Amino acid sequence: MADFPENLKYTTEHEWLDGSTPAVIGVTDVAAEALGDVVYLELPEVGATVEAGAVVGEIESTKSVSELYSPVSGTITEVNTEAVDNPEIVNQDPYGKGWLFKVEVTGAGELLTAAEYAAHTGS
Amino acid sequence: MADKTTPLHDEHVALGASMTPFGGWLMPLRYTSDLAEHRAVREAAGLFDLSHMGNINVTGPDAAAFLDHALVGYISKVREMGARYSMICAEDGSVLDDLIVYHVAPGEYSVIANAANAELVLAKLQERATGFDVALKDVQAGQALIAVQGPRAAEIMLATAGLAEDAEISGGTAFADLKYYACLRMRFEGEPLLVGRTGYTGEDGFEIWVSAGQAVALWRALLAAGEPVGLVPAGLSARDSLRLEAGMPLYGHELDTTTTPFEAGMGRVVRLDKATDDGTPVPFVGRDALAARKQSPPARVLVGLRGEGRRPARAGYDVVQRGVDGELGAVVGQVTSGAPSPTLGYPIAMAYVTPEVSAEGTELAVDVRGRAEPFVVVPMPFYRRPQS
Repeated sequence: MADFPENLKYTTEHEWLDGSTPAVIGVTDVAAEALGDVVYLELPEVGATVEAGAVVGEIESTKSVSELYSPVSGTITEVNTEAVDNPEIVNQDPYGKGWLFKVEVTGAGELLTAAEYAAHTGS
Repeated sequence: MADKTTPLHDEHVALGASMTPFGGWLMPLRYTSDLAEHRAVREAAGLFDLSHMGNINVTGPDAAAFLDHALVGYISKVREMGARYSMICAEDGSVLDDLIVYHVAPGEYSVIANAANAELVLAKLQERATGFDVALKDVQAGQALIAVQGPRAAEIMLATAGLAEDAEISGGTAFADLKYYACLRMRFEGEPLLVGRTGYTGEDGFEIWVSAGQAVALWRALLAAGEPVGLVPAGLSARDSLRLEAGMPLYGHELDTTTTPFEAGMGRVVRLDKATDDGTPVPFVGRDALAARKQSPPARVLVGLRGEGRRPARAGYDVVQRGVDGELGAVVGQVTSGAPSPTLGYPIAMAYVTPEVSAEGTELAVDVRGRAEPFVVVPMPFYRRPQS
């Protein structure tokens, strides 16, 4: 059963971000489930400037490779090195320990509420 | 055309499997986690639905001679209740499919083909049957094929309720004495079925042909017997990573109609020495092309690659020379299968490369989406099970 915390915002690319400053970004459990076991993460560099909707990295599972998008524009302030070292935590805890990167937000892209995202995924 | 479903489809759905189209069938990709299923097979056991595999029954006085003619292997040398890995090739020597042939009774063989090739294999066999006293029958529809694979497989078979040995039908072999690449008949709830000690995982294991009507009951009985010792249902994703670690080719990746068995490192399956009792060579389909091919050096060779970094190579990626400062060098081949190896902990891949760069220890790279990831040529299989 898919789980979409109400306090998060979502994208159609199956990412989530929270409302904190800087914003914490990860992938949803729908993405984690569809990918299968995550085995490799390519995350942006700290200090890099990213644009909403642009490719900032890769998330690779046993079977496939997907691009990672930034849901917002801004500057990368931190990446989750623990997830890089132990990518399985993205599957185990996509909204917690499996977060991916933090952005000092200068502009938001198109974001969905939990209900809108649930409707988008057909959950 | 809608994908076909196996007699075990409802079981997979009830177990929460992610289903995926494969070779015209809707099959379980994974039940929970690819990695957990893979590790269960290496450490305990996995249960697989392989009912998508084609199954062609060949009977008649000429059955052995016919298979010697139609396939590249020396099938008439396979003893009764023995099994043989073989291939069916075109006249030009290219591989139409890889197969396992079971000699299930005097003058009777089962030819197990890949799902996506099953129709073609049947058509080619029918075409090649002209002049032979044989009958060919597609017997897949009424059957399921269930595999139990892993170090605990034999003990699970023995603990499975309703599955029993019967010396009257076994062909003279006790289950405990069943050899790798051999088969015997057992009974499940009174009905006879065929059990082969074969597999595609690199582990000990069994493949069981059961009637469609008994398939669910046998699946559940195997699960019940196996779960206490760590057996889990396992999907195609784990099957693929298991066979890759075991260095086994997959049709459509390492084998296809542009490949002969020699490039694939499978020249041993081509039996140019096939002869009749009086010593006359058997002119099997593809023989002339394969005999010529054996004499000429191959343009490309299948090799194993071990990743030095963490990024896996995927099928279709270019294999390149290492350039200066980590740049991409000249293209020397293509990856046919690649994945992070769950057992070994580093990326592994199979690739066709030019012979000049095929020696063990050759340092190459794979173009992983524009970046040169270092790989080294290593011997296959990548993984070999500990001998008990």
